[in-house]
Amino acid sequence: MKLLTHNMLTSHVKGVVKGYPLLIKATEVKVNEVEFNPQFVSRMIPKLEWTALVQAAQGLGHLNDLPNELVPDYEKNEEFLRKVHRVLLEVEVLEGCLQCPESGREFPISKGVPNMLLNEDET
Amino acid sequence: MKLKELESCLQQVDAFEDPKLLLEQYPTSPHIAACMLYTIHNTFDDIENKIVADLGCGCGVLSIGAAVLGAGLCIGFDIDEDALATFKINTEEFELTNIDMVQCDVCNLEQSVFAKKFDTVIMNPPFGTKHNKGMDMQFLKTALSMARTAVYSLHKTSTREHIQKKASDWNVKMQVVAELRYDLPASYKFHKKKSVDIEVDFIRFSFS
Repeated sequence: MKLLTHNMLTSHVKGVVKGYPLLIKATEVKVNEVEFNPQFVSRMIPKLEWTALVQAAQGLGHLNDLPNELVPDYEKNEEFLRKVHRVLLEVEVLEGCLQCPESGREFPISKGVPNMLLNEDET
Repeated sequence: MKLKELESCLQQVDAFEDPKLLLEQYPTSPHIAACMLYTIHNTFDDIENKIVADLGCGCGVLSIGAAVLGAGLCIGFDIDEDALATFKINTEEFELTNIDMVQCDVCNLEQSVFAKKFDTVIMNPPFGTKHNKGMDMQFLKTALSMARTAVYSLHKTSTREHIQKKASDWNVKMQVVAELRYDLPASYKFHKKKSVDIEVDFIRFSFS
């Protein structure tokens, strides 16, 4: 699971009002090289939940100097875009779980795939 | 990339080892997948540098094609972990790094969960026959909630009028891009013939 994917995931357990952001409890994290695509990263940045991304990266020990606040004019700042690229697409959680901030329900991550399936009584 | 190259590339994608009837796991043939993706890419430019979702991705033939054509990231969603395991192997064999996957029940996703998080949604949904009546429309509704630009999907031609009506109810633009023949190989025991051709519409849904 990449952090870009994590940035979009929400817990939708029945009764949960704010199932975002999911807390990452990782037991195995890997950094895989991904081809740098500045146009894509620039386009994604305004659509991100920036704070959730920074928190997630920090929790995994891969903050990579990302600032708490988004920098202005990032489109032209290649160094910054490369940092975001790394955090969004190259850092991958392989094993662990995602925890719903409200209910505490844990969603396992196995071989890089988060399992968001709910039991019948949770939907 | 030429259409033929894309198709022969997608022929390397492994399909379901043991298709599950309840989930209507019919593979998307490399030919149909290539036709869909080639058009989405060349006619509508809805893949390159885009964030793409593939609903009911199965073993990932559409996701892999989208990744090969330069998607920024393609995320496959499926309920079945066996299919996702095959998808994972496919991704590794293709050495693709712009793919991710999530195990979830597409039919159970609330409309708000991924609201407009994706540029493009591609899918070959269950046709909604047998035990799954109406599932194609559930997939479509979820897909429309997730996409900012367009949804590309396959539906039985026999259901076109119904879909047209739904699309206009939902205030969505619907364009039948192509009429295809879906060669359904006999995957299950109850299939008496070797294979059967189903008329299928390749449809683009967009927002005006």
